[in-house]
Amino acid sequence: MNALTIAPGAPVLEAQSLRREYRMGDERVVAVQDVSLSIAAGEYAAIVGPSGCGKSTLLNLLGVIDRPTTGSVRIAGRQVESLSDAEATRFRLLHVGFVFQRFYLMPALSALENVELPMSEAGMARAERRARASELLGYVGLGKRERHRPSRLSGGEQQRVAVARALANRPSLLLADEPTGELDARTGTEMIALLERLSADGTTIVVVTHDEKLARATRRVVHMLDGRVERDEPVR
Amino acid sequence: MLAVLGVAVSAAMLLDMVMLATGMRQSLRSLLLSRGFQLRVAPKGTLPFDTEATLDSTSALAARLRANPDVVSVSPVLGGHVHVRPRSGDGAALTSVALGVESTVQGDYELLNGGDATADDALVVNDAFLAASHRRIGDSLTVAVDYDPQLRAYAGTRLMRLTGRARFLYLAAGQRAVAMPLATLQSLGGAARADRSSLVMVRAREGADVERTRLWIERTFPRSAAISTETAMRQVDERLSYFRQLAFILGSVSLIVGFLLVTTLVTVSVNERLGEIAVLRAIGVARHRVVTQIVLEGVAIMTVATPLGLALGLMTARWLNGILAAFPGLPEAIDFFLFQPSAAWASLGMLAVSGVLAGVYPSWRGASQPIATTLRQEAIG
Repeated sequence: MNALTIAPGAPVLEAQSLRREYRMGDERVVAVQDVSLSIAAGEYAAIVGPSGCGKSTLLNLLGVIDRPTTGSVRIAGRQVESLSDAEATRFRLLHVGFVFQRFYLMPALSALENVELPMSEAGMARAERRARASELLGYVGLGKRERHRPSRLSGGEQQRVAVARALANRPSLLLADEPTGELDARTGTEMIALLERLSADGTTIVVVTHDEKLARATRRVVHMLDGRVERDEPVR
Repeated sequence: MLAVLGVAVSAAMLLDMVMLATGMRQSLRSLLLSRGFQLRVAPKGTLPFDTEATLDSTSALAARLRANPDVVSVSPVLGGHVHVRPRSGDGAALTSVALGVESTVQGDYELLNGGDATADDALVVNDAFLAASHRRIGDSLTVAVDYDPQLRAYAGTRLMRLTGRARFLYLAAGQRAVAMPLATLQSLGGAARADRSSLVMVRAREGADVERTRLWIERTFPRSAAISTETAMRQVDERLSYFRQLAFILGSVSLIVGFLLVTTLVTVSVNERLGEIAVLRAIGVARHRVVTQIVLEGVAIMTVATPLGLALGLMTARWLNGILAAFPGLPEAIDFFLFQPSAAWASLGMLAVSGVLAGVYPSWRGASQPIATTLRQEAIG
């Protein structure tokens, strides 16, 4: 499905001089400023920092769900900051996987159907997407619960379904915003293990987190403060 | 569930108003054509049975009409009232509408059982008459016409035999009616009613130009007015314009209420799911797919509510028809709310369009929210 293939070690994501300003009433708020970042294929990185430092805004810019005021973002070799809304939507569908703090599964759909959703949107044949959804749910350890609706799944299980959904179209990049934020310690640990396994299997992952355990599990930590990258360092 | 019920009530009212707008007209038209008579000849300046005015020289008029090659049959009718003396001889006489007809060509009643009013002294009556007079088929009874209070006497009386029971098509519910041969009712009225009729009904040949026949009658009999079903319907339309306007206004109101209700429901639903919608957009679901999905929710509410509304509308219409059937002077056979498939389809069509339109604003709003801002607000919330 994903037409862009990245050689291991080559940059999947390159952000240059990103700046994002908001207007709040008469006031201009700078959420992200002068951020340049490069994420290589297969890399597993965390963006950390205090609340309001611009982590999630940066993740949104990297995931093409927000546009920078200035600066550029290149994902898998494609310049994305000037894509139209429809082009950006299609790009996200095929190249970026998202995991959110609050899971946001479709309540009327089963786990299997939730995972099928992005593939259905991408036009994949029913039998093929069903097989892949089933395979992904097996990968995240929910093979026996694929017919369950979100309301019958625990928080940890729902987040694992969300991870399977994010991987559905074999994205170049997996972005996760506080993926353990709504989970208890045990299921949080399971989620960290799952992300490590994904990374080990070659998935490029960027997480935004307050969770020190999760940040320590990554290979690289980008520290942000007041909208800027304060420190960018490898783990261990 | 309550919301669906609300939309169903709105749908029911819409159906009733569509039925009311066209029902009475269609019902009257069907009634006028039910016995195949397309033309009615009445004294000039009157409507059939609207006044006491009558046509004279009915025999000659009928003969002349029958001679027209475009005319298949002619049925003169004399209307009036008869008084039936009580069985015991004391108490008040029973007054009833009376029709003098030629039983072989009449178009005023359907014989339910017994014999028709073929013999001079034969009398066909309706259930209301039977109930009030406590008579049965085969009974003899004395009928009288034109009571003169000064002389304390009737202009004519006659002993008659009750031969049949019938349903009179043009009479109001509960109205007592009797039918007898035209000549009998004319003779009971004496010289004043000799060879007179209130109305002559004319059945035109199939394929004949009814309007041409109508004009010929008016030219040939200048003191009479020939009313075709179409001209009658035009007059009815004028008289019923109030009903149509009322139905239009109430129908529009119910449609608007239904529309606003669905819009509100979908808006509330969208507002509760802004985060879900933003995530759908974030994971790559196209805006038009989100809009379509939400619009379909509006349609789904309408789809669930509509059958319920149609059933409710039909029940309400039946109940209201029962009440309005007692409207003074209106034939019992007239329905104010007449179910017609076209009315149901029109209502369904309007509801479907309304359901789609009701989903447009909330869906447009939901799918147009900035994804990043919505997710940030959801995270804070």
